[in-house]
Amino acid sequence: MSHHIIEFRNVSFRYPDGTEALRNIDFRITHGESVGVIGANGAGKSTLIQHMNGCLMPTSGSVTIGDLLLTRKTRREIRRKVGVVFQNPDDQLFMPTVFDDVAFGPLNLGMDETRVRERVHEALSTVHGLDLCDKPPHHLSAGQKRAVSIASVMAMEPDILAMDEPAANLDPRSRRLLVVLLKTFSHSKIIASHDLDMILDVCERCIVLRDGRVVADGRSAEILTDERLLEENSLELPLTLQTRRWREDTE
Amino acid sequence: MTFDSLYFDIGRLDRLSYRDTFVHRLDPRIKVIAAILFLFTVISFPKYEVVALVPFFLFPALIMTIGDIPVPFILRKVLLVSPFAVLIGIFNPLLDATTVAVIYGIPVSAGFLSFLSILLKFALTVSAALLLIATTSFPAVCHALRRLGFPAIFVTQLLFLYRYLFVLMEEAMRIIRARDMRSFGTRGTEIKVFARLIGTLLFRTVDRAERIYHAMLSRGFMGDIPSLRKYHITTIDLAYLAMTIVFLVIFRFFRVTEGIGRIAQELFR
Amino acid sequence: MHMADALLSPTVGTTLWAGTAAVSGYASMKLRERIDDRIIPLMGVLGAFIFAAQMINFTIPGTGSSGHLGGGMILAIILGPHAAFLVMASVLMVQALFFADGGLLALGCNIWNLGVYPCYLVYPLIYKPLTGNSKNPGRILVASVASVVIALQLGAFSVVMETLLSGKSELPFGAFILLMQPIHLAIGLIEGVVTAGIINHVRSARPELLDSIAASRPLDTAISLRKVMVTFAVLAVITGGALSWFASTYPDGLEWSIEKVYGKGELPEDEHGIAAKLKGIQEKTAFFPDYNLKSAGKEPKKAEATPAWPGIDAGTSAAGIIGAAIVLALILLIGMGIRTFRGRNA
Repeated sequence: MSHHIIEFRNVSFRYPDGTEALRNIDFRITHGESVGVIGANGAGKSTLIQHMNGCLMPTSGSVTIGDLLLTRKTRREIRRKVGVVFQNPDDQLFMPTVFDDVAFGPLNLGMDETRVRERVHEALSTVHGLDLCDKPPHHLSAGQKRAVSIASVMAMEPDILAMDEPAANLDPRSRRLLVVLLKTFSHSKIIASHDLDMILDVCERCIVLRDGRVVADGRSAEILTDERLLEENSLELPLTLQTRRWREDTE
Repeated sequence: MTFDSLYFDIGRLDRLSYRDTFVHRLDPRIKVIAAILFLFTVISFPKYEVVALVPFFLFPALIMTIGDIPVPFILRKVLLVSPFAVLIGIFNPLLDATTVAVIYGIPVSAGFLSFLSILLKFALTVSAALLLIATTSFPAVCHALRRLGFPAIFVTQLLFLYRYLFVLMEEAMRIIRARDMRSFGTRGTEIKVFARLIGTLLFRTVDRAERIYHAMLSRGFMGDIPSLRKYHITTIDLAYLAMTIVFLVIFRFFRVTEGIGRIAQELFR
Repeated sequence: MHMADALLSPTVGTTLWAGTAAVSGYASMKLRERIDDRIIPLMGVLGAFIFAAQMINFTIPGTGSSGHLGGGMILAIILGPHAAFLVMASVLMVQALFFADGGLLALGCNIWNLGVYPCYLVYPLIYKPLTGNSKNPGRILVASVASVVIALQLGAFSVVMETLLSGKSELPFGAFILLMQPIHLAIGLIEGVVTAGIINHVRSARPELLDSIAASRPLDTAISLRKVMVTFAVLAVITGGALSWFASTYPDGLEWSIEKVYGKGELPEDEHGIAAKLKGIQEKTAFFPDYNLKSAGKEPKKAEATPAWPGIDAGTSAAGIIGAAIVLALILLIGMGIRTFRGRNA
């Protein structure tokens, strides 16, 4: 099962304008793990996610996905294994209809028409979006767009799923549906998010980033209850935990 | 036209195009060909033809009723774009005043006839074009264009344009509102400010294109946009096209309207 | 200004569509030589950008009225001629379909007027030579204004020619020109200044942007003035010859078939206007000897038809109006009938 292991070794990344977004990042994610990546704005979460499939390449250090070292040549192969769901679904749904968007990946993988239709059907039913099939993306609500963007990635049946702020802009119900959905996925999951409650629900492991460095890496149950650690990194306790603490304080 | 009405109009027309009626279900290639033939026939009428154009209103009438397209909506859009044609055409009665007929005591000039002809042709051609998009979703039209021979890269970026049209219009709307909230009267609409606003929109657009490109690469994009065959031409489509052609031929080359008029005159003599 | 179908003749429309189709084919071919695929989503999104940008207005200094961006020139500067042409063509197509701004048959004319001139004529022959590799804002301003003004003048002039050659309007050449050119001169000056303003702002705020886009597009092959002049001269000869041939043979051909169908003399003939003038030229020059023979035979028929203004006498026209009223009533009845039928079944 080595092809599901993600390894970042001493990865640093600097943007063309000089910003050092990642500094000496080291971690290892094994098959089936669910890892949350948390940190303040600008900590490097999005940059990290974009390294998962070679949208960005490290300035130094190495990224290994499974048996493949991430290089310009291996990017294409790696993209078959790692599905990335970006922050803004409008950027990810670029085809004229939902069907076209979800079919885009499988078609690029070279599948024939019947298989493609099967994959699309499966992916859309997983996200409960079958009735959206012939709609254009600009007729969808934020929650629907998010669901379809996930489906468009799932249709490629990647081994690893990386997501950047999946719960952003979702109304409570859509958010709840998303959390339930993510819990059913057995893939390796890396989820960057501000929604600490979602991370608590979905990910059993948590990596904390600050100024591009890993400052903590451990079980979510420990990290997300460590108030001092969180506040040092410009974060707070997950809201559900805060309510409990408040209630305890006032009783 | 205010920005908002422009935006909602295109939104409304877009929504209408996704409905499900007999007309909407016809193959897009057939509809495009039928529309083009219709337009061609209408403009092939000579300069002074008025009466023979009237039966052609059956085409938009049928599409509007069977396709369930609101008539006032189409009428309003036709009126909205009429100024240019009217402006040019209005000179005809002034410049060509030779009296050509006297109908029930009223002298009619040739220029008036050609002006009327322009107006009728205008109403027919504009409504036909609007009804094409009102009954055929834009992606379907693009698919038809591709199958009718337009270059692949042109159709691809046409589809992207359509996809992001509404997204970018919303961004522009936000920029306008932000500007209007902070300026008073006409301050804020100077060219310098305008250039900066457009520059901002341009930056956002280019950044967005970059993100879209990354999303495309992430799902395996290798230079060509793949597509699946989606539409099939059925006998119904061919029958529709055949009927349209027959209609166009009959009413173009035979003076049916006058014939009907003469019969009526005979009956009521 | 966009051409409308109602003012267009089939000949002019078809010719311009053929020209536009040829250029589109050329542009698409050149784009296959692109360096980078990232230009594909960029093209589409920039097309949407033009629409959005046209929604934002600015006040024209001194007049108080508002103006909008056209777009052909600024697209050419950002994307280069081939990509810009296709984007402009898409923008015009969406305008024709969704906004009824310009007819579908006239789309060929509009793409030619607003796409070919800025992208393939003005940009390579005026803008690029004037700016060279300089990023100097003053030079950009001069180049932009000159380019946009010339492009719009060419476009406006073409609209005049296309309308006149179509023969549906009575406006004489002189009056039409006097109407169109000055307005577009003013619009061009403003748009030129605005275009320069945008380019300069982009250069100062994000200098690497335009260069990085330039790196993805196909290389701008040098276009010499001579090449362009020769191409246009050849095109003009072909078009002129084709148009005069069409104008003289087809109306006759159509007339012949109409006369065969319902008797002669009912079709009013264009005694005045360009169509007849072209016919005159055609008859005088000896391009098509066959036609000359035919026209000699046609003369007596024309003489017959001239006296009473052909076809329209009081009886026929009254019948026409009555017929029209009946047809209209029928159409309304059919429409209402279908409406109620749908209502019952809905």
